[in-house]
Amino acid sequence: MSKPTVKEVLFNPVFANNPIGLQILGICSALAVTSNLKTALVMSIALTLVTGFSNLFISMIRNQIPSSIRMIVQMVIIASLVIVVDQILKAYAYGLSKQLSVFVGLIITNCIVMGRAEAFAMQNPPVLSFWDGIGNGLGYSVVLLTLGVIRELFGAGKLFGVEIITLAKDGGWYIPNGLLLLPPSAFFLIGLLIWALRTWRREQVEKPAFRMAPQVVEKEAY
Amino acid sequence: MSKKESTSRTLLVALAVSLVSSVFVAGAAVSLKPVQIENRQLDKQRSILSIAGLGEEGMSSRAVKDLFASRIKARVVDLESGEYSEAHDPNLFDPLKAARDPKLSDALGGEEDIALIKRRERFTTVYMVEQDGKLESLILPVRGYGLWSTLHGFVALRADLNTVVGLGFYQHAETPGLGGEVDNPKWKALWPGKALFDEQGKPVIRIVKGGVDPANPEAKHQVDALAGATLTSNGVDRLLQFWLGEQGFGPYLTKLRTQGA
Repeated sequence: MSKPTVKEVLFNPVFANNPIGLQILGICSALAVTSNLKTALVMSIALTLVTGFSNLFISMIRNQIPSSIRMIVQMVIIASLVIVVDQILKAYAYGLSKQLSVFVGLIITNCIVMGRAEAFAMQNPPVLSFWDGIGNGLGYSVVLLTLGVIRELFGAGKLFGVEIITLAKDGGWYIPNGLLLLPPSAFFLIGLLIWALRTWRREQVEKPAFRMAPQVVEKEAY
Repeated sequence: MSKKESTSRTLLVALAVSLVSSVFVAGAAVSLKPVQIENRQLDKQRSILSIAGLGEEGMSSRAVKDLFASRIKARVVDLESGEYSEAHDPNLFDPLKAARDPKLSDALGGEEDIALIKRRERFTTVYMVEQDGKLESLILPVRGYGLWSTLHGFVALRADLNTVVGLGFYQHAETPGLGGEVDNPKWKALWPGKALFDEQGKPVIRIVKGGVDPANPEAKHQVDALAGATLTSNGVDRLLQFWLGEQGFGPYLTKLRTQGA
């Protein structure tokens, strides 16, 4: 494997190797915080920073971490960063931190952060790891923001809480789709996004794990 | 086994990482605490003002503080007797902390605890808006369990101690878009003008499903429920029953009525 460059690690995760779209990680929070764009944006920023810095710190001490406790060491670093982000949000964006409630705390369990720490930061130098974390955060953010736009616009007729389409109940014409505000709708949307992504980039389509054998004994068909 | 993997080395790394992390986390928590406390207070004051119908959306923090200081008077009430209590400083007393303190609160039994709050404080802080020494509106803290979380809020009453000025929650974690719509200004706008009590002073305010029929004589005691959020609506209904009833502000309101505020 040739050495990855900063540009590669930063932009590859956006479309070519998207953490949600291809690796199918971090779905849980993508369902939970995307019912409006504002929380989706703050969550994206929080996760991008946490992934970046956790990769940086883990990579800095990667040669010191004994392999028997490497997961726990990674968790401790990630958890500390998440708590700090949560504290900062509470101090400077109190209203938003109220809306995000538990989900900032749950970044700790987000597979993307842990996955990048284990798969990239443990083998690569700090600066490159930092950009890899930021890149994966961007990939996550792209999906989150797309979902946020679709869900808030068609579920509530708003973007960032500002009315875009006047709803029928307020004298407009648009009858919102309430399903879009519920978590399951994000499942459908993520599915559609993955479909679109794989139609655009055929190389992401996985090979079928197995094939049905053709029917050979004819009489069983009758 | 390489040197890196030895037991002593493992312990050392674990210890060092924990130490550095804890210093980091503790440092952030301690240094940001004053800002956070101020935020929380400001948020509460903002919500009290908006429920009392004072000030406007998006006021600056300074404006909130000034308006709160000039218009709102806080007093501590003994919920048991309904008397004002001078034992606690209203600006420092924290009713929610008191509710966790066995010395300052009572456990509630299953039957009484309709709002599912488990413990009720003996003293709480009420807020008053006064105009020329006369009570204009009275703001009572209420709380109770919805679907996922305890809803913390206020209900503001006019000087007749019956008509609602406003109702709102400053802290909850209900489902965004469903139960979270308790914060929706359109839903909150259904509350002003509703009557909380019947002639005997019993709390009769109800949240009803399927819309309020204005022809119904009970309509002034009814508010339309939140669509898709039955449990949150029930929670709001019950927490009002609780806090306006005998376990809550009942004795205090009775006293105020007879004394003519």
